[in-house]
Amino acid sequence: MFRRLSTVFLAAALIAVVGLYLVSSHRAIAPVTFLGVRAFPDEQIVRGSVLAGAANCAICHTSKSGQLFAGGVPFNTKFGIVYSTNITPDSITGIGEWSEAAFARALREGIARDGSQLFPAFPFDHFTKVNDEDVKALYAFIMTQRPLSRAREPNQLAFPFNIRALQVGWKWLFFRPGVYQADITQTAQWNRGAYLAEGLGHCSACHTPRNSFGAESVSVKYNGATIEGWFAPALNASNSAPVPWSSNELYSYLRNGGTVMHGSAAGVMSDVIHNGLVKLSDEDLHAIANYFAAINGSSHATTESIETISALNITSATNVPATDPGAQIYRAACASCHYNRGVLHIERPELTLNNALNAPSANNFIQVVLHGIGREEGLPELMMPGYADVFSDLEIAELAAYLRRSRTAQPAWSGLEAAVASIRTKEDGT
Amino acid sequence: MKETLTFNGQTVTVEADGNTPLLWIIRDSVGLKGTKYGCGIGMCGACTVHVDGRAIRSCVTPLSAVRGAKITTIEGLDPEGQHPLQKAWIATQAPQCGYCQSGQIMQAATLLKDFPHVNDQDIDNVMNGNLCRCMAYVRIRKAIKLAAMELLQNA
Repeated sequence: MFRRLSTVFLAAALIAVVGLYLVSSHRAIAPVTFLGVRAFPDEQIVRGSVLAGAANCAICHTSKSGQLFAGGVPFNTKFGIVYSTNITPDSITGIGEWSEAAFARALREGIARDGSQLFPAFPFDHFTKVNDEDVKALYAFIMTQRPLSRAREPNQLAFPFNIRALQVGWKWLFFRPGVYQADITQTAQWNRGAYLAEGLGHCSACHTPRNSFGAESVSVKYNGATIEGWFAPALNASNSAPVPWSSNELYSYLRNGGTVMHGSAAGVMSDVIHNGLVKLSDEDLHAIANYFAAINGSSHATTESIETISALNITSATNVPATDPGAQIYRAACASCHYNRGVLHIERPELTLNNALNAPSANNFIQVVLHGIGREEGLPELMMPGYADVFSDLEIAELAAYLRRSRTAQPAWSGLEAAVASIRTKEDGT
Repeated sequence: MKETLTFNGQTVTVEADGNTPLLWIIRDSVGLKGTKYGCGIGMCGACTVHVDGRAIRSCVTPLSAVRGAKITTIEGLDPEGQHPLQKAWIATQAPQCGYCQSGQIMQAATLLKDFPHVNDQDIDNVMNGNLCRCMAYVRIRKAIKLAAMELLQNA
């Protein structure tokens, strides 16, 4: 009886696997020979470079010590490590043999030229929204980059997550293909912002929590999520910044890398701003800012200004009890730059207003204390040294607890010391 | 790594590991000895210099974080050594052993830039990270206020 049952079960499993294989097998698209720079009008290449900036292709497809677009960046997913691939037009190791049709299919359907399924670490669930003209321009830009030979890093995914054919099931559950459709009840600017943010920009890939299948949880869209040791903050009304993220604030943050009301960008977001969004016109950045201001509800709030905040008479003077070790650290190491009185100075980031200190997760605060912010990151020409070699896990935890308690209205962070230890030892590997 | 920075207005290309503290670049590669090594962990302020016009602790700032920056050390604060703070330092005879004074002056320069109408609370908070083992704090405070007065008069 048992034997018969297991035979039936095995047969069913076999049929399922074969069936899945058949459903998942897509036609390979015939290779093309390397097209070369002359195949595309200059204007199209330039437009493509702007779009590649909006999509931040370079950030995921360029490893820390590697060359532009040659891939090799590890992504630590809960299923294992996925490495980004070489997207230079090298015929053997890159995508030099990909026709425009193959490129478009990869972008919009998540299927490689050879017909195999791509893993959704590549945000085809967003790129599916990109229109024909923009796909063409992106293709022109990518195919005119310098071809670089760099073999693909093998992914380290556990069975069965390494079976590409299983992506068919994932797509059936979570992937809705289709070019962006304008919402006619909204303005043209709103639609432009939505097109950029939801499509190429794939903002929610980092700013939305993922479910147990690694797909974005639609029900908590833009609620903020922990990613690679950082916290991508909420972009909706649940954002905990004390000053609302108005359209102007968002624009100025995305253009300059920080604002006096919210603090400096750091980590991957700093790269997104300085290496990606920098290519976008003011008009497009305003559209994105306007879109998120509508999402977070601040578009209805009054425009804040430095004067109104200054009227709150923020002063970060400290009368520190000698028994509080966190306060002592703050006074010795932080106050010389972070103290404010009266009018706020952008060069003196005010911790009361700081996004990282007000966030539900301590990750960003810990990251910045450990590693600092270089002068090319965040706000240009403003830097903070890292204190990884200076303070112990416990000391950074005490500093974090003290500032959270004394500067914000937010509940205390828990598990701080362990969080510092974990972020400190995390190899970012790129 | 090879990095080109500006030290007191002069462009210098230095070759060093990206993790090398800016302090050693200043002292050993460029040869400017006015900036002092104190604690090596950003807790005493003796190594304070300006990066793009802002006081920072050079002992905890790696070269990789200051690519292309304009560095100002005590030697470059004023071409003649006549910055109002330097004059006030002499007028009040602020230093005793003098080891901390270049760091104190560089930090005070940023303090006065941000808070021209400086008060004791500002001095307490901004200068707190600059230690003086000779306990010359009373004279340092006096010197800062004297320099503030001169800067306000010239403003």
